[in-house]
Amino acid sequence: MVGALVPHVAGSLWLIPALPLAGATITLFAGNRLGKWAGILATVLVFASFGVSLAVVLNLLTYPGESRLALQHLFDWISVGGFRVGADLRLDTLSATMILVITGIGALIHLYSVGYMAEDPRQGRFFAYMNLFVFFMLMLVLGANYLVLYLGWEGVGLCSYLLIGFWYTVPGNAEAAKKAFITTRIGDTLMLVGLALLVFKFGTLDFEVIFGTAGSVLTKDAATVIALLLFAGAIGKSAQLPLQVWLPDAMAGPTPVSALIHAATMVTAGVYLVVRSHVLFEISGVALTVVLVVGVVTALFAATCAIAQFDIKRVLAYSTISQLGYMFIAVGMRAYGVAMFFLVAHACYKALMFLGAGSVIHGMHDEQDMRQMGGLRRAMPWTFATFTIGGLAQAGVPPLAGFFAKDALLEVANHTGREVVFVLGTIAAFLTAFYIGRMICMTFLGRTRSDAAEHAHESQPVMLAPLVLLAIGVVVVGILQLSPDGAVTQALEPVVGATALGAGLSVPALIGMAVAVALLSLALAWWIYGSGRVDTVAFRERLEPMATAAQRGWYVDRAYDVVIVQPAKALARLTSDVFDALVIDGAVNGIGGLVKRSASEGKLLQTGFVRTYALVLFFGAVLVLGFIGVRG
Amino acid sequence: MRTPIAYFLMLAGILFAMGTVGVLINRNALRIFMSVELQLNAVNLTLVSFARLHNDLGGQVLAFFSMVVAAAEVVVGLAIIVSIYRRRRTIDVDAAREMRW
Amino acid sequence: MPLDDVVFWVFAPIAIAAAVGMLVTRSVVYAALFLVVNFGCIAVMYLVLDAAFLFAVQIIVYAGAIMVLFLFVIMLLGVDRIDVRSERLWLQRPIAIVLAVGFVLEVATALRAGIGFATHAPEGFDLLQPAGNTQAVAEVLFRDYFFPFEATSILLIVAAIAAMVLAQRKVRAVTQAELGEELADGSEDEAEVEVAP
Repeated sequence: MVGALVPHVAGSLWLIPALPLAGATITLFAGNRLGKWAGILATVLVFASFGVSLAVVLNLLTYPGESRLALQHLFDWISVGGFRVGADLRLDTLSATMILVITGIGALIHLYSVGYMAEDPRQGRFFAYMNLFVFFMLMLVLGANYLVLYLGWEGVGLCSYLLIGFWYTVPGNAEAAKKAFITTRIGDTLMLVGLALLVFKFGTLDFEVIFGTAGSVLTKDAATVIALLLFAGAIGKSAQLPLQVWLPDAMAGPTPVSALIHAATMVTAGVYLVVRSHVLFEISGVALTVVLVVGVVTALFAATCAIAQFDIKRVLAYSTISQLGYMFIAVGMRAYGVAMFFLVAHACYKALMFLGAGSVIHGMHDEQDMRQMGGLRRAMPWTFATFTIGGLAQAGVPPLAGFFAKDALLEVANHTGREVVFVLGTIAAFLTAFYIGRMICMTFLGRTRSDAAEHAHESQPVMLAPLVLLAIGVVVVGILQLSPDGAVTQALEPVVGATALGAGLSVPALIGMAVAVALLSLALAWWIYGSGRVDTVAFRERLEPMATAAQRGWYVDRAYDVVIVQPAKALARLTSDVFDALVIDGAVNGIGGLVKRSASEGKLLQTGFVRTYALVLFFGAVLVLGFIGVRG
Repeated sequence: MRTPIAYFLMLAGILFAMGTVGVLINRNALRIFMSVELQLNAVNLTLVSFARLHNDLGGQVLAFFSMVVAAAEVVVGLAIIVSIYRRRRTIDVDAAREMRW
Repeated sequence: MPLDDVVFWVFAPIAIAAAVGMLVTRSVVYAALFLVVNFGCIAVMYLVLDAAFLFAVQIIVYAGAIMVLFLFVIMLLGVDRIDVRSERLWLQRPIAIVLAVGFVLEVATALRAGIGFATHAPEGFDLLQPAGNTQAVAEVLFRDYFFPFEATSILLIVAAIAAMVLAQRKVRAVTQAELGEELADGSEDEAEVEVAP
């Protein structure tokens, strides 16, 4: 990767993460006093960061393809022996894409939160955590080496924990936060081992060095091990099988959190990581297959779960897991550009739907069960319109962004001879459209099913504006990329390589199939849930016990509980009640007891009689004389 | 002088041992003190014997000093015993056992 | 039969017997008197060992002054009948005797290894003291050991002063409680308070 570094760009890279960091610091210390101004300050700072990002990226794009790279060295972070790591920032088209998504969507979500969290007494804290999250996420994608990336990785994990458990007085929320943190920790630890191996093999964590010399330094097996370890981290963060269990529970956090962290940004960090490290994965080959398989399985698994959920946010959660699976499918097929485009599109429409769901929940006075909703399109027209746009985008209806992403993916699958992937991907697309349709129908169409729905009201403008902007974004992004070779993928090429394309079904045929599948599925969903002609309750009962199983995530949680959690708790109990109480305390108290007893028995030597002391003295003297006599 | 010097030294040793026994066995402070004087005398005898053995008058001089100091010591010691008696009405050394467990 | 031997073998047993007597007797006064006998015997030993000066000093200082002091104090305090025979620390006596025997054996061993039981005193001692033992001792004392001599003189002064101070009766009001306690104790009247010189 040659690169004349782009100087003024490089000089101002630090501003992008620095602005939200400043926001976090200020609101952390002064949040309570600022009141609602905390939110406004935080939002302004993220918008400012977006502005800088935009300027920087536009500047970057004025340069020709090969030289679109800017590096900024902030300071020497670690310098031990021969091992050096700098706090370095790197801007290429890959990280450029990410920062625009993060700051852009992040800014809109902050704006939304000003309205959503307006009555919360701790909103200062909330915005501090949100800004902190944006800072860490930016560091994650702007890092020029794995350590800065890992810093951001851990940081977003922390902020996720803090924000999921934001309403910590409700015990379930604290549990959910803990679950999220611990589950991702498993992945993070494996990833750390991967980083250690990288240091071992390369002596550095710098991207340029590693990706430049990986071909000659790593054997296939070494690359496989490292890549799989890194992917383990991605599995955790992006909630893929088998570590997907934390994401549905993470919906306990406020809805803006779900939108920002668990839809648009943090969960996509895994995808970013793999795309960034694609050199290692490609040397391995096996690793890419693993990624592909995991993606396929997860996409299908999560889609089946999404169909059976009643909580509107949980539908979206499982949907996110499923869509992330799609992104990994693309990565596994080496279609990195497609994967990144999918990421961008998904960020837009998923954030949109989450914010819309938040709007619905707000209007329904904190009711989240879709069975209590219905007919909300009359009371909340703006929410309905924007939400539907987002949903249709996800379902893959042209000319919205999701269609292009999904179509591109299936096209790659078909053209590279991966028929199984193509078929399964299409099935998953059908399911996706179905649960989207179900969600929209149950929430907005038909008759109102409860009092809360009767008295629902539209949300404030400060919450609606982001919805509208995101909806526009969904359309625009779609237009930017009208084929797998669209503008976005092309921009990414210098970093990720071109997407290999072969031949298969013709492009129009594929488009036709995709659209047909989407529309068919939506129509079916409308027939069952929206038209009022089918008794949904009876329908569900006929599908039991699969329906309940699907709703409960196919009992993966329960399995983990039995196999891992309970034994761990038993072990903890054993350690604390037996080992700690008896052995360690026994030893410590035993020593104390020993001292006490020896003292109480030893003190009897002090008889108080001078004569005994004199006797002992004489005894000692005789002894010493004896020694001297024997020796000499 | 035909007697081997070692005999004098043995005598001194025996007297010293008996003095020690007296120190350890007696409870009357005065008797203990007297036993200490016996010990001191045994040591003086040793000194003089060695002076004779090595033809060195220094031994006798040292014994002389020992006697002087012993005299001073007896004076002070008896004064102490007297004042202890005044305070406690007894000179039984077993009575002074407050510093016990 | 050489005179030294005779003298030694007469007075050594007497010395030991006196020491035993001092330990065994019940009366403190008798113990003091036995000790006087012991001192006398040791003085004779000094004489045999060609230390005439010390012979005299021993009699004068030890037997004549120190033991007299002892007897004064014994009679002053009236403690002659105090000693009780029953022994609270029942191990004390056996162990003390055992240790003493052990000690004597050690001395014997040391002597045998050191100078041996056959070494006689060498001949030349008379030549060291041509004008007599006292003269010779004086010469050594005032010449080589002059500083210790002066130091001990100071020591004696200090001791005398200390004894005077210690034996003083303190000026102190005797409380009624103490008075009652003293009288009930059955000991001599100490109700009067005065400063004795």
